[in-house]
Amino acid sequence: MSETGAMMQGRAWKFDHDVSTDLLSPGTYAVDPVEVRMIHTLESISPGFASDVRTGDLVIAGRNFGCGSSRETAAENLKALGVACVVAESLSRLFMRNAVAIGLPVLICAGVHEAFADGDEVAVDLAAGTITSGDGDRRLQGEPLPPEMRDILAAGGILALLDSQTAG
Amino acid sequence: MGSTLAEKIMARAAGRDTVTAGEFIVADIDLAMVHDIFAASVFDMLAEVGGGKVFDPDKAVVVIDHLVPAPSAEAAAVHHRIRDHVARLGIDAFYDSGEGISHQLLPEKGHIRPGMMVVGTDSHTTTHGALAAASTGIGTSEMAYVMATGRLWFRVPETIRYELRGSLTRGVSWKDVILALAGRFGSDGAQYRSMEFGGPAVAAAGMSSRLTVSNMGLEMGAKFALFPSDAVTAAYLADRGIEDVAPLEPDGDASYEAEHEMDLSALAPQVALPHEVDNVEAVDDLTDITIQQAFLGSCTNGRIEDLRAAAAILDGRKIAAGVRLLVAPASRGVLSQAIDEGIVATLVEAGASVLPSGCGPCFGGHGGLLAPGERCIGTHNRNFIGRMGSPQAEIYLASPETVAASALAGRIADPREEAANV
Repeated sequence: MSETGAMMQGRAWKFDHDVSTDLLSPGTYAVDPVEVRMIHTLESISPGFASDVRTGDLVIAGRNFGCGSSRETAAENLKALGVACVVAESLSRLFMRNAVAIGLPVLICAGVHEAFADGDEVAVDLAAGTITSGDGDRRLQGEPLPPEMRDILAAGGILALLDSQTAG
Repeated sequence: MGSTLAEKIMARAAGRDTVTAGEFIVADIDLAMVHDIFAASVFDMLAEVGGGKVFDPDKAVVVIDHLVPAPSAEAAAVHHRIRDHVARLGIDAFYDSGEGISHQLLPEKGHIRPGMMVVGTDSHTTTHGALAAASTGIGTSEMAYVMATGRLWFRVPETIRYELRGSLTRGVSWKDVILALAGRFGSDGAQYRSMEFGGPAVAAAGMSSRLTVSNMGLEMGAKFALFPSDAVTAAYLADRGIEDVAPLEPDGDASYEAEHEMDLSALAPQVALPHEVDNVEAVDDLTDITIQQAFLGSCTNGRIEDLRAAAAILDGRKIAAGVRLLVAPASRGVLSQAIDEGIVATLVEAGASVLPSGCGPCFGGHGGLLAPGERCIGTHNRNFIGRMGSPQAEIYLASPETVAASALAGRIADPREEAANV
């Protein structure tokens, strides 16, 4: 895992408000392996997403992204598909915890849903908490994650952190 | 400055005199619950990085409740792995397939005490706030960390106070109260916050009603959904052989991010329309919404009080042609009591199918899934797209009373009209 200050740059996949864990990880595939689950990520609202998303792409969303269940697979599916970061107006508490716990960077940023369009090239600086358009014209300041959560991300997730703690 | 309920409980769990909203703490976990969707993954992770042992097997509860009985060979294999893990790890509190839903079993079997810090691998773990436990959902990796260490980091949440007064009228229930709150404040109206319920109406709310409200606090984004520990709590626990429960209340000068009031006397039955829990309307504003399925059950409303309320409306009558009424008692204990009270007979004679005690159709795993274009009204807690099968199906959420009245009518119906005939 790179240091969380690293820039992430890629195509933005834009979603609306209240994208639920049922959409991110449908219950029907709850106990299937990640290779199966990830194919169905967001299929109900964006059938082409799972097949077309490329490693390094970013997800931009409205309010309450990841609302619903505790299923970590919602974040895990996005990470497995190569999504580098989720930037949303707000994140559900559980999604935010889970994303950090598995090492998927997230950023809460007011106005992001309005400011960017699907397909935009965007760059995110996690440590600074900013998202910038590819041409540099638009830049929004989000809420940088607190140090406690950045430490977990930097370790590569909470289990990697545990591993280093027990090894230490 | 005084403390909210959340601050009091988290201070104790962190070994501190006081904590304040916004602080990060490391809390000792009093109880950790895993269910069948995630238990095998959690214990596999624990074996890989956590030394393979549970920090205290007496503080772990394992429940097989989501996929019961196993609907596929894959699910059966997962359950088999869970049983192996449970035996190997020495966890006594194991509830196998058919015992019931975790959020029903934990209070029903006396695992929850006021003031506890509880985590579970299910979002609706907020349910135990009804017994003044700071209880919340976490994911699998974090649960593996908890199982290994007995600790977890938390941010102490800001608290929103809900002051409730007045009395519910006939045919209106506490499910309608929490749906009305979701409608008024939104599905992120308590995001990251601790919801704290108080006021004269709360003192009159039974434990079953409190469990319903705390369960659905999560649907407003809440981290905790807390009731005080009072005479109702003490009586519920005394029934389970747990005596000498001290009251637990917020300080009078606690600091709240916001305080809201609601008068329950004026409340009508509420319905959450597709596809968001906060898309709420009063039942009298809805006309001619036909239904093909009605579901009575879940961790929200599968208790004996809920089955009684539905049976009172269905007694001696038949559900409408073309409607499937599915009933899943929240636990074997609830089912047993419903049999003793004649409720099961009433429901079955009205045309209901009784499902195993478990999560049932609520989370779309199996049993009672919907075809494209079908509508279901249920007592559960989520109506998201694709939650119960087809993404083209529609899910409506309501009280047991409204679900029963709707099953009779074949369309979404006002239970106050039926209740008048009871």
